[in-house]
Amino acid sequence: MDLLPFFQQLEATTVGRVVRESLWMFPVIECVHLLALALLGGAVLLVDLRLLGFGLVNQPVDLLARKADPWLLAAWMVIIATGIPMFLSEATKCYYSPPFFYKIGLLVIASVYTFTYRRRVTRELAYGRAPLTACASLALWFGVGFAGRWIAFY
Amino acid sequence: MNFSAFVQWLDATPGSVALRESMLGYPMIETMHVLTLCLFLGMIALVDLRLLGLGFQSIPVSEVAGRLLPIGLAGFVLMAVSGALLFYSGPIRAYGNIFFRIKMALIMLTGINALVFHYTIYKRVASWDRDPIPPLRARLAGLCSLVLWSAVVVCGRMQAYNWFEKAPGA
Repeated sequence: MDLLPFFQQLEATTVGRVVRESLWMFPVIECVHLLALALLGGAVLLVDLRLLGFGLVNQPVDLLARKADPWLLAAWMVIIATGIPMFLSEATKCYYSPPFFYKIGLLVIASVYTFTYRRRVTRELAYGRAPLTACASLALWFGVGFAGRWIAFY
Repeated sequence: MNFSAFVQWLDATPGSVALRESMLGYPMIETMHVLTLCLFLGMIALVDLRLLGLGFQSIPVSEVAGRLLPIGLAGFVLMAVSGALLFYSGPIRAYGNIFFRIKMALIMLTGINALVFHYTIYKRVASWDRDPIPPLRARLAGLCSLVLWSAVVVCGRMQAYNWFEKAPGA
């Protein structure tokens, strides 16, 4: 199935058109997207570094994860909410961009992993470590960010 | 040699030209610069949230700052190195860019904010270390840090757009 007509329809939506035709809207949304990225990265790193034995090592993992979760979730929602209008404004360009598809694929995997398996591991851990769980999380989110940045190049 | 002449000279060096024209080097460095934001600003933001009394309230302020700021500092070094390389890849363009100049000024302000915080209210952190909501001056420092660094990110992103650069024929 060819997705191109679907992507063209998405680009023709009102939101897509308004963002595309505005000079400042895309950059402003992009700035919010980036700031949310920093917060999401911070919330992910806080727990992953702890799982590796860095950062707030005197705190139990489950407590840290519980405290970090609302910020992680809030940042995740802002990233999705800002990512959608940016995508709609240039859906056709994204269709021809391999990094875009890598990004979305990795984003789905990273999100499911974070909100299911990683959450369960961190909630059941007090003072131990879980380096593999952390490395998988870091690798997945790094991949999302890396591919995301490369949408601009390819 | 004034700074303008230095920028002209730097822009013409072979390394600068090579980096500017590289297919892989420039995007790689820019990607590192953006993603290091998580390591640097992510840690700073967590400390600021604690200072504001908005998060991690059960953990002493000195523990949050003492454990996370060194990680943030490592992020800052990566940020500065990748940022310096980005500047090196196009010194004339960066130097003439209003957002670049505002960004540099804002970074200096963040430094002043951090210094003032560390040498005033943070000196007495023992007396408010476990307060869920730190004293006003600490909260102000946290707020200034968040606002200033956010503005730095915004300026950095805006630097890539060329709306304000001289229009053709202007």
